[in-house]
Amino acid sequence: MHHDFLDRFGRLDSPVHRLPAALKLALALIFVFVTVALPLSAWEWFIGLLATLVAVAALSRIPWLFLLKRLLFLEPFVLGVAVLMLIQPNGGRVFATIFVRSTLCLLTMVLLSNTTPFAAILQVLRYVRVPALFVTTLALMYRYLFVLVDEAERMHRARASRTFAPKTFGNYAHRIHLWQMLGTVIGQLFVRSTERAERIYAAMLARGWR
Amino acid sequence: MHIPDGFLDAKTAVASAVLSAAGVGVALRQARKTLPARRVPLLGLAAAFVFAAQMLNFPVAGGTSGHLIGATLVAVLLGPSAAAIALAAVLVVQCFLFNDGGLTALGANIFNMAIVATLVGYGVYRLVRRFVPGQRGLILAAAFASWCSTVVAAISCAGQLAISGTMPWSVSFPAMVGVHMLIGIGEGLITALVILAIARLRADLLGDAALSVAAPVTTFVGLGLVAALGLALFVSPFACKWPDGLEKVAATLGFEYHAIEKPLLAAPIPDYTLPGIHSAVVATALAGVIGTVVAFALAFVLVRVLIPRPTSESH
Repeated sequence: MHHDFLDRFGRLDSPVHRLPAALKLALALIFVFVTVALPLSAWEWFIGLLATLVAVAALSRIPWLFLLKRLLFLEPFVLGVAVLMLIQPNGGRVFATIFVRSTLCLLTMVLLSNTTPFAAILQVLRYVRVPALFVTTLALMYRYLFVLVDEAERMHRARASRTFAPKTFGNYAHRIHLWQMLGTVIGQLFVRSTERAERIYAAMLARGWR
Repeated sequence: MHIPDGFLDAKTAVASAVLSAAGVGVALRQARKTLPARRVPLLGLAAAFVFAAQMLNFPVAGGTSGHLIGATLVAVLLGPSAAAIALAAVLVVQCFLFNDGGLTALGANIFNMAIVATLVGYGVYRLVRRFVPGQRGLILAAAFASWCSTVVAAISCAGQLAISGTMPWSVSFPAMVGVHMLIGIGEGLITALVILAIARLRADLLGDAALSVAAPVTTFVGLGLVAALGLALFVSPFACKWPDGLEKVAATLGFEYHAIEKPLLAAPIPDYTLPGIHSAVVATALAGVIGTVVAFALAFVLVRVLIPRPTSESH
C-alpha cells in the first residue's frame, strides 16, 4: 500500500494548500459545528455552506472524481445508521436532516485531510498543548501505519499461499481454518510490532531523543 | 460503531468530549509516570498494530465479513492506560485522515471505544483470571472480556444517540446492542485466537512484565470514574427512572438552548412513559442476563476446543 494513498493530494500546491494548517483546522471546526447546529429549516444556510465547500474544492485543485469517490465510499457508514431512523415517527425528516448534515461535514473533513498534511495537523496539536506523549504516539502511528498494513498483507498472502485448506467457500472446516490463520497472523503482527518498537527506541536514542 | 457528524446534539458532543479528554488525560498521566522510556514507541506501534489488524477481514455468516476492534486485546497485552492512549490515537487518525467517525463525535467515539471498551475489557479480564488460573483462564478471560467490552461500548453508543434525540432508546438500544452481541462473539473468538498465538510465539509478552506497563489500581480507579460518570449520564436516564443527568448538567452549564431545538429534529418516545414499562425493563434485563450467560458458555466451549485437557494439566 502506498504511504500516501489517502492524503496524497495534501502536498499539492494551491491557494488552499498554502493557508496555515492552524487556520484550516479552525475553519473546518467552525464549519462542522455550524453545520451540526443548524436546524433543517435554515436550508439557505446549507446551500451557502455547500457553495463555499465547492468553491474551496475548486480552488484546491483536487480532482473532482477523487472527492466524489471518497464521499461515495464514506456515505454507506453514515446511511447505515441513518436508515434506522426511518422506522420512527417523523423519521423521513430526521433522516433528511442527518443526511444533509453529515454529508456536508464529510465533505469538509475530506477537504481538510486532502489540503493539509497530517504532520501539519500534528504541529497544530503540539502548539495547542496537546500532551507530548499523545502527539508522539500519533506521529509514530502515522509513520508506521502503512508499514504494518503492508506487513500484515504480506504475512496473510504468504500464509495463504503455503497452507492447504478445503477449497469450497462457506465450508465449515475452511472457515475455522481461516479464523485460526487470521489469529496467528494478527498475533505474529503484534510480536513484530513490539520488536519493531524496540528497534525504533534504539534508533531514537541513537539520534539523541530526549 | 463510529458515530459520524450530525448524529449527536451539542450537549452530548460536549459532555463526551470533556469525558474522553479527562479519560485520555488520566491515561497519559499514568503512562508518563509508570511507562518506561523504552516503551514509549510501543504506544504508537500498538496504535498502528490495531489499525492494521482492523484491516484484516474474516468471513462471518451469510457472505458478510467482520474485523477485530482490538480494545480488549490491547488492554490485555499492554494494560488499560496504554490501551486507552493507543485506541484514542487510532480514532483520531481515523477521523482526520480517513474521515471515519465525525469531528464533533470524536469525543463520543473515544469515550465508547477507547475508554469504556478498554476499561470493561480489562476489568472483566482481570476478574475472570482471578478465578480461573492457567492458560484456560487466559483464553476464557480474553474471550469473555472482549464480548463484554463490545456490548458495553455499544450500550454507551446507543445511549448517546438516544439522549441526542437522534433515535429513540427503544430503537437504538435493541439495534445497537443486538448487533454487537453477535459481533462480540466474533471479537471474543478472534481475540482468544490471537492471544493463544502470542502465547505460543512469545509467551513472555503475556507475562507480568507486559502488564506492569500500567499501574493497574490508580489507572483503573481514574478511568473507572470517567467511564462510570459517562454511562450514568448517557445510559441511566433510559435504564431506570433516574433524573436525566445530562439535561441537568446542560442546564447548569447553560447550553440548554439545544433542547428547544429538539422537537424539531425528532419526537423521541421515552420508553418509560409507555404503559407496561415494568415488564419491558424486566424483559430487557432478562435478555441481557441470558445473553451474558450464553457468551460465557461459548467462551467456555472455546477453551475446551482450543486447549486439550492434557496440555492444560501440564501447565
